[in-house]
Amino acid sequence: MLSCECTILIYTVTSQSKERFGIMEEFSLYVLDITMNSVRAGATDIRITLTEKDGMLTFSVTDNGCGMKAEQVKNLKDPFFTTRKTRAVGLGVPFLTMLAEQTGGGVDITSRYEGEYPESHGTTITATFGMDHIDFIPLGDMVSTVTTLIQGSPDVNFTFTHETPKGKVELSTRQLRELLGGEVSLAELEILEWIRGYLIEGYAEIKTEN
Amino acid sequence: MKSFEELLAIKEKMKDKVAIRQASDDTRIVVGMATCGIAAGARPVLNAFVEAVAAEGLAEKVTVTQTGCIGICQYEPVVEVYAKGEEKVTYVKMTAEKAKEVVEKHIKGGTPVAEYTIGNGTL
Repeated sequence: MLSCECTILIYTVTSQSKERFGIMEEFSLYVLDITMNSVRAGATDIRITLTEKDGMLTFSVTDNGCGMKAEQVKNLKDPFFTTRKTRAVGLGVPFLTMLAEQTGGGVDITSRYEGEYPESHGTTITATFGMDHIDFIPLGDMVSTVTTLIQGSPDVNFTFTHETPKGKVELSTRQLRELLGGEVSLAELEILEWIRGYLIEGYAEIKTEN
Repeated sequence: MKSFEELLAIKEKMKDKVAIRQASDDTRIVVGMATCGIAAGARPVLNAFVEAVAAEGLAEKVTVTQTGCIGICQYEPVVEVYAKGEEKVTYVKMTAEKAKEVVEKHIKGGTPVAEYTIGNGTL
């Protein structure tokens, strides 16, 4: 894991070709990457929120996963702290932090480690970005990010909310699973296609510019 | 408008198919979805596999799943294929187009696409 994450960092910095191993150029990929941390932390409830307001984008993920100790949280933004102790986090947070800080925002992480908070553990990461800043990137294919997460973890309760000044796109996989009565997995292609269509229609209604 | 009624209709149509599927997952396609994979383009590769498996009518025998970092980030997107009774095949530097080809020739046809595997000396 350590070698893995150093490799990608080096490639990101030195690669001549942005097509391979470029820094992620769609915001939706950061959403996917950061949320995968919650999946790997064993979370069963994951709330993803995107709020666009006054030119700022606030992105947050709240989970009930295993959480992290205070020391681990403190060192999350340092890519070279990626030892076995923190392998579950890796470069995702440094990438996110770089983009946030480049665009006049920042990243805040709070976490309650399951060893200390057996009844109320989990992590919340909140990042803000200046959407009008020249270094901000297109939001990209948020629908594919959501369907990819559901495909990989059909039993996790994902709550996805994207709020813009023009309206809101929302999805709760718990609600969908209740409708399906546990007989059909959300990872079935037909169900994923329905979810994709549902989200695309939601986005069409609020007509996001990106 | 996509309605919840439509979702329920899909469920009714699928119930029987799903029961068969659970009994016979012969082949697993595993896509690396850690930071390295995602940055290199794993998301469209995963989606291409999901769609191609369904399009080829293989969904009852084949599952597409996600995993973390396999440890060979310079070769991402990395995809591993585990077929019953066969050795694992590791595909590297995958794209959506290559994914379609792998489903057609390897998953359906039974012959791995050697050109895209990690064992291929041209990498």
